Amino acid sequence: MNGWQTLLYKEVLRFWKVSFQTVAAPVLTALLYLMIFGHALGDHVKVYDTISYTAFLVPGLVMMSVLQNAFANSSSSLIQSKIMGNLVFLLLTPLSHWSWFFAYVGSSIARGLVVGAGVMLVTVFFTPIHFVAPLWILAFALLGAALLGTLGLIAGLWAEKFDQLAAFQNFIIMPMTFLSGVFYSIHSLPSFWQSVSHLNPFFYMIDGFRYGFFGQSDVSPWLSLGIVGIALVVVSAIAVHLLRTGYKIRS
Amino acid sequence: MPAISFQFVSKAYASPKGPKGTTFKALDGVSLQIEEGEFFGLLGPNGAGKTTMISILAGLTRASSGSVQVLGSDVQTDYAAARRKLGVVPQELVFDPFFNVREMLRIQSGYFGVRNNDAWVDELLEGLGLTDKANANMRQLSGGMKRRVLVAQALVHKPPVIVLDEPTAGVDVELRQTLWQFVANLNKQGSTVLLTTHYLEEAEALCGRIAMLKTGRIVALDKTSDLLKAASSNVLRFKTGDALPIELAARARITGRIVQLPANNALEIEQYLAAVRQAGVTVEDVEIRKADLEDVFLDVMGNTAEVGA
Repeated sequence: MNGWQTLLYKEVLRFWKVSFQTVAAPVLTALLYLMIFGHALGDHVKVYDTISYTAFLVPGLVMMSVLQNAFANSSSSLIQSKIMGNLVFLLLTPLSHWSWFFAYVGSSIARGLVVGAGVMLVTVFFTPIHFVAPLWILAFALLGAALLGTLGLIAGLWAEKFDQLAAFQNFIIMPMTFLSGVFYSIHSLPSFWQSVSHLNPFFYMIDGFRYGFFGQSDVSPWLSLGIVGIALVVVSAIAVHLLRTGYKIRS
Repeated sequence: MPAISFQFVSKAYASPKGPKGTTFKALDGVSLQIEEGEFFGLLGPNGAGKTTMISILAGLTRASSGSVQVLGSDVQTDYAAARRKLGVVPQELVFDPFFNVREMLRIQSGYFGVRNNDAWVDELLEGLGLTDKANANMRQLSGGMKRRVLVAQALVHKPPVIVLDEPTAGVDVELRQTLWQFVANLNKQGSTVLLTTHYLEEAEALCGRIAMLKTGRIVALDKTSDLLKAASSNVLRFKTGDALPIELAARARITGRIVQLPANNALEIEQYLAAVRQAGVTVEDVEIRKADLEDVFLDVMGNTAEVGA
């Protein structure tokens, strides 16, 4: 393994060693959402004509788990290393900013996909899953995990304390995921809130992802792909710039 | 080619006190060349700029001006090459709680692109007395053991230049012995060693050359033997419970009941003793010894410096 591959391996090993907390726990959380919302709302909400609410919910929950865990991976690894002081072991190495970027984002994608697959696996017992367009599923899962992994990298560099990171997570990431249409189709919203939802990049990730399962979505998957792709490029450019200049890690 | 070269290096930080925009100079135009194969000591009180120098050398901090090279590679413009040539043992006792000792050393090797490093890792573990801790999680290790792992981590890529930032702070005698033996051996095999330490007797015993740093400037730089020669040649040492006459107290280093007075010749010693007798001070355990590095250090730093700091 060369330098960046070693860092990627180390970052994957890091979450895998505590997989009860980093994989099993979020799978359980998603399962609880599915059982509670599916039970409480299943009979009242009809999103698409041919699809039950529980079936509609699954892709949203999978994607939400992918996104939240991708974010959690890079951000928590960085803040822990900064606070423990062991980031110095990395800072002393010849690894370039690109190596850091690919390793941290790559391991976040890995965790996002592992958790997403886990959620999908347990929901099979509750509702049949269709895979109308698997390539769209894969594309949005990868792009979404990469985008949130990159955001987590930025948040991890920026935050100096755990509570700052928690604020980033609770006040930005959580609302944006919850309000992106995980639990509902935005077509059920009043038109004002529909327009607001269209400004939320998370909406496109979940909507495009869902298209892969049902062949139906609120907006065209190509539009979603474009917006998510552009968001990823912009956020990656920021992250690479911060790494190159040593933002908050090299004084 | 020098192993380490600092040219007119300054580092200014935004001052936490005082009006906005004022800066504090941690380093002020430091130039220093350390040749290949040297065992070099960097001494100075807390806040003198030792760690800032090492941080700039290691690429953890950027110099405000000036340049630094490791074996000809600039630490900023050619950082990858510079860091490959450098092994740094950080001052803080840091560790990664997710891994055991062997995993940590393998991972650290990988960061430097070193493959199949197990033979060297075993040698490091052996040399530092860590073999039976190889599979222990970092969290389970004592402070001294963690320190040994830090040393091993700094050496996984066989760097020709080794930097130890206060490696023996708070470390027991046994580890200090093991560590110095190990590092002295590497130095004998050709590695350059740069050491900062609070223990001046260690620096005196190990370092061929020494630089003393005070408020961001180098105030002394010479062979250890020449520094010792240049200082007062002798020290008069005695114990007393009484107050010393003022003119003596001003020149003395006082540690509890122990009083030490620098003296260049026998006449000065006679004068000290006469002054003590005249003041009616009772003294015991009188001895005259040769000046050591601590005396030189205090002489250079002025009497206001903290002892051994």
